[in-house]
Amino acid sequence: MTLFTKCLGATAALALTAGAALADPAIIFDLGGKFDKSFNESAFNGATKWAEETGGKFAEVELQSDAQREQALRRFAESGMNPIVMAGFSFATPLQDLAGDYPDTKFVIIDAVVDAPNVQSIVFNEEQGSYLVGMLAAMASKTGTVSFVGGMDIPLIRKFACGYAEGAKAANPDIKVIANMTGTTPAAWNDPVKGTELTLAQKSQGSDVVFQAAGGTGVGVLQAAADNDMLGIGVDANQNYMHPGQVLTSMLKRVDNAVYDAFKAGTDVKPGIESLGVAQDGVGYAMDDNNKDLVTADMQAKVEEAKAGIADGSITVHDYMSDESCPALTF
Amino acid sequence: MDLLTLLQLLDSAVRLATPLLLACIAGLYSERAGIFDIGLEGKMLAAAFLSAAVAYTTGNVWIGLLAGIGASLLLSAIHGIASITFRGNQLISGVAINFLAAGLTVVIAQSWFAQGGRTPQLAGAARFNPITLPFADALRDVPVIGPIYYELISGHTALVYVALVIVPLTWWILYATRFGLRLRAVGENPAAVDTAGVSVVGLRFAAVGICGVLCGIAGAYLATALQAGFTKDMSAGRGYIALAALIFAKWKPWPCLWATLLFGLLQALALRPDLIQRTLGFSVQTQLLDALPYILTVVILAGFVGKAIPPRAGGEPYVKER
Repeated sequence: MTLFTKCLGATAALALTAGAALADPAIIFDLGGKFDKSFNESAFNGATKWAEETGGKFAEVELQSDAQREQALRRFAESGMNPIVMAGFSFATPLQDLAGDYPDTKFVIIDAVVDAPNVQSIVFNEEQGSYLVGMLAAMASKTGTVSFVGGMDIPLIRKFACGYAEGAKAANPDIKVIANMTGTTPAAWNDPVKGTELTLAQKSQGSDVVFQAAGGTGVGVLQAAADNDMLGIGVDANQNYMHPGQVLTSMLKRVDNAVYDAFKAGTDVKPGIESLGVAQDGVGYAMDDNNKDLVTADMQAKVEEAKAGIADGSITVHDYMSDESCPALTF
Repeated sequence: MDLLTLLQLLDSAVRLATPLLLACIAGLYSERAGIFDIGLEGKMLAAAFLSAAVAYTTGNVWIGLLAGIGASLLLSAIHGIASITFRGNQLISGVAINFLAAGLTVVIAQSWFAQGGRTPQLAGAARFNPITLPFADALRDVPVIGPIYYELISGHTALVYVALVIVPLTWWILYATRFGLRLRAVGENPAAVDTAGVSVVGLRFAAVGICGVLCGIAGAYLATALQAGFTKDMSAGRGYIALAALIFAKWKPWPCLWATLLFGLLQALALRPDLIQRTLGFSVQTQLLDALPYILTVVILAGFVGKAIPPRAGGEPYVKER
């Protein structure tokens, strides 16, 4: 009997601590895991930065399978975590279903739009970041031809390609832009062999700078660029370190900033769609020790000028997804 | 189309055809012995992972190759035990192997290297580097023959030449040795082989083992020769295309070479939409080119171009006495 009472007491104490943890933020990483050197790791860095600055604590979980998405969301919501940030568009479906069950909890989803009164949807203006790296590519190219390798042929990836082509043409109106997609099935995200062959095919058409937005396939693109005297351009996170001196720059999606801002706002996260572009420092290009010899001061000055132009609205970059067409490139 | 562009296209076709060829010949041994193998894909993937992981750890690609073959052999052994010893359904066992490999490689890669299911990048001796054949540089300037020798024949990695040697070797083993005769017989009529006093189980295990070794080489080629490391699901359906090529080749070694080269060429063409447009004057959807290997296989299967007859005892477990 005493044992039973003790157990009851322990449960009560646990329930109390759970209550005390109220308003701690939580983050759920997608299947890649938080050390994926890309999207998730960037989200993790944002959360860590918040924790270091404020001394606060946050809960986190790395998913091991698709089936755990809803389970993880419900567990955090029921233990009083607020806000709950999730990194990845795959959370859109489970979140759509359960957001209504926890009206007092704020959810933040990155890279997808979920229409609910307690959900903030963060999307990035990838075309603006692609425009900036497109300019750099055109200025770095010696052959007058630059190229793009996309993963699966979906509107989002065409948005990258379109912004890239526009940027390249802005820096050099005579530039030739070649764009190829790896495939039309999800296997196109994980086919580095085809990525390599596409890059070589583009090289034989004269390209000497290649931008990839192709997930795992992109590893093959950057490898082929490094093996064959071309310059690669990374995507999402800073991938300059992968082949130092042979990755011109990386198109950054500042997932870390998005997570940091959400954590900082805490329960006051504003529901609705938040679109992050160059002006909000949501997208950009990467400069570090690995590529400082590749990008000259002159090139950087021109890109900074364009960056300011996009931020104040004097330069508009076409968004492929707005009308499913691209003025600078035919697919 | 000038000679250099044509050679670049063919060069790309050879690189893309090599993993298909190795997997196709692997399937040939297994299926000729009466064991269907859907699991080529999974074995290639497992081999790709372990070869890259071991090559990275040891810094020696040859040890990596052996490890890749080991991983593939292990999965072959599972397939053999399930479908030969326990007479299970060969297709289900093969599918299970594919799932097992797709899941395990990513989980183990994550726990060993913590890089999102990838292995770290390989460099230097941890990777198969292109071999320049003798006299390639000297002959380079000779018209026609020079560029063909330099661009197309020379400059591949060792495993490409291994794959090309395996084709005549397989032909010789299957059609000129006692082992080959028995192997073909066990796929057509295992009871006759058994009556002659030869072990059906032993022969089938040998065939599945050879299949494992070849899939291992194919996987290692993907991860350590074409690429510099393993990434999730990097075999990207090549095991299935190899199966299609095997049907296309009607389970014969030399046609396997031509079929995989044709499929490789179609894949290489799909990468160059600009060439097709320039040569033909109109553009062809790349999706159509991607689908062409499968369309061709269906045409062959439907009996329009000759008839593809699989080994008669294929897919049936052998029961000694009823």
